[in-house]
Amino acid sequence: MTFSTIGTVAKRGATGFERKRTDLAGGLFKAVILSALVVSLLVLAVLLIDTVVDAWSQLSTRAWDFLNGSLRSRSIDDKLGVKQGLYGSFWIGVFVASTAFPIGVGAAIYLEEYAAKSRLAALIELVIRNLAGVPSVVYGLLGLFLFVERSTIFGFVGLGWLADATGGRSVLSAGLTLAVLVLPIVIITAQEAVRSVPSGLKEGAYGLGATKSEMVWTQILPYAAPGILTGTLLAMSRAIGEAAPLILVGAITGGLTRNPELWDASGLREKFTALPIIIVEWVSERGRDPGFAEAAAAAIVVLLALVLLLNMTAILLRNRFERKRG
Amino acid sequence: MAAIDDLTEGRGSEPLGEMAAESPAMPEVVFDVEELSVYYGEFQAIQDASLKVHENEITAFIGPSGCGKTTLLRCFNRMNDLIETARVTGSLRYHGVDLYDSKVDAVEVRRRIGMVFQKPNPFPKSIRANVAYGPRVAGLAKKGPVMDDIVENSLRKAALWDEVKDRLDDNALGLSGGQQQRLCIARAIATDPDVLLMDEPCSALDPIATTRIEELMHGLKDDYSIVVVTHNMQQAARVSDRTAFFSVDVNPDSDNRTGILVEYDSTQQIFSNPSDERTENYVTGRFG
Repeated sequence: MTFSTIGTVAKRGATGFERKRTDLAGGLFKAVILSALVVSLLVLAVLLIDTVVDAWSQLSTRAWDFLNGSLRSRSIDDKLGVKQGLYGSFWIGVFVASTAFPIGVGAAIYLEEYAAKSRLAALIELVIRNLAGVPSVVYGLLGLFLFVERSTIFGFVGLGWLADATGGRSVLSAGLTLAVLVLPIVIITAQEAVRSVPSGLKEGAYGLGATKSEMVWTQILPYAAPGILTGTLLAMSRAIGEAAPLILVGAITGGLTRNPELWDASGLREKFTALPIIIVEWVSERGRDPGFAEAAAAAIVVLLALVLLLNMTAILLRNRFERKRG
Repeated sequence: MAAIDDLTEGRGSEPLGEMAAESPAMPEVVFDVEELSVYYGEFQAIQDASLKVHENEITAFIGPSGCGKTTLLRCFNRMNDLIETARVTGSLRYHGVDLYDSKVDAVEVRRRIGMVFQKPNPFPKSIRANVAYGPRVAGLAKKGPVMDDIVENSLRKAALWDEVKDRLDDNALGLSGGQQQRLCIARAIATDPDVLLMDEPCSALDPIATTRIEELMHGLKDDYSIVVVTHNMQQAARVSDRTAFFSVDVNPDSDNRTGILVEYDSTQQIFSNPSDERTENYVTGRFG
């Protein structure tokens, strides 16, 4: 009897599950979001393929020469290449990493662990978030004022010594300007990494008699390191791709007499150029000399490769650290 | 207010004022808490708690959620200092020294008074580095044979040595939950503290791991005074010498919930013959 009761329940329960209508709206929605994905990927793919195809004439025949060559007035030139741009972009990356990283991490740790939760702290946080959204041209202007020109603030605080130190229109000025540009991003990502440290680790350290600074060095920094590192690397790749601030700081597109080796630090306080600037210049030259279109495409491929390398390093580092953390 | 008299078993209650530490049968007082209240901003977490914790005993804090037992425990090593809005009034003396005196360094307090947390929280480092952490920040030892001795002794005391002696350099996160908690106990005793504070040390563990920790606590009692917060009444009955029962006082006007110490007595007394009705209701499972 019990059995038959269960039987009827099951029977009744199993009816009514058949599909009564086709879900039109659902299907349409799926089609729309899928096409959004396809369109964005397609645009990227076309762009990439077109660039590589254009770049092929340079990269297939004289890739090494192209990487080692310098700015030239004609595109058919055995010595045409991007090394001066690589030099600029490389050192910009170095200055960004070596200044924005320590300052950004320091500021983030202060804000997260030391600053009292006050209105002022909240305001500072808001300002930093907004600074991350300020257009890069504005930072270029700041760099011009701070590091390039012999300016004075409020008419009496002279900044001539800064311009003297950087050599004015130099890689050093450009690197420092871009460091200021990415500083808010580094601070924000580092803050997030610091915030992600489990409170159990902090309490554990405090409970064993660690001081605040010991806790920061032994718990927060090791735990937050992967997040901080990836944030910094992504910020670096952003800095390397910027062109607008460099134009203001005075990157030049011709008349560079030297073509120094990458690690030759003697060119840091001299006139400079960078990869994005070279790309802009060659694209604008292609009306006069069509060969520059291909050179520009090749320079884009080099820049993309550089940025991709940085991003991949960031991802690899994060994965490795995360595995280690268990 | 309930009886918070300090009792020696079988002797019955004595008036508060006369129960000085001189009484020969009484173990020495480690913590002397008087009228302690803790506030988080406007919110009062616990009101006017008074009790004495004795040397080489296990004192259990029991009570429902939100009764302030963990808050009180966290006063004992000044962990509440880490919460910006926390404020403590009343007096809390440790071997006669006022822990909340302005001259007292909270970091130094935490080196002497170890703490084990609710959720095992080993550092994501090697087993050895976990145990060595406290002695290292305290400057007791750096590396070498001295530190090796500290590590071995601490792990032995925490009944973990035999299980990990061959893999001291493995990551501590590879241990089971119960092993991790024993590692946290080893880590806490490595700084050679005088007191161990345990905040629901078994709540994240299975029954077998819980039993091991309880056995361990019995063994540790000879060397340390232990204060344990627990949700588990049976655990309090099994391991502790004295039990403090806390409850929540709801203010009918403001609906504010404040923790209060209802009764503090020998564990036997609390569980067999409590003097307060609320305690009886709680320990017999008729709470609320």
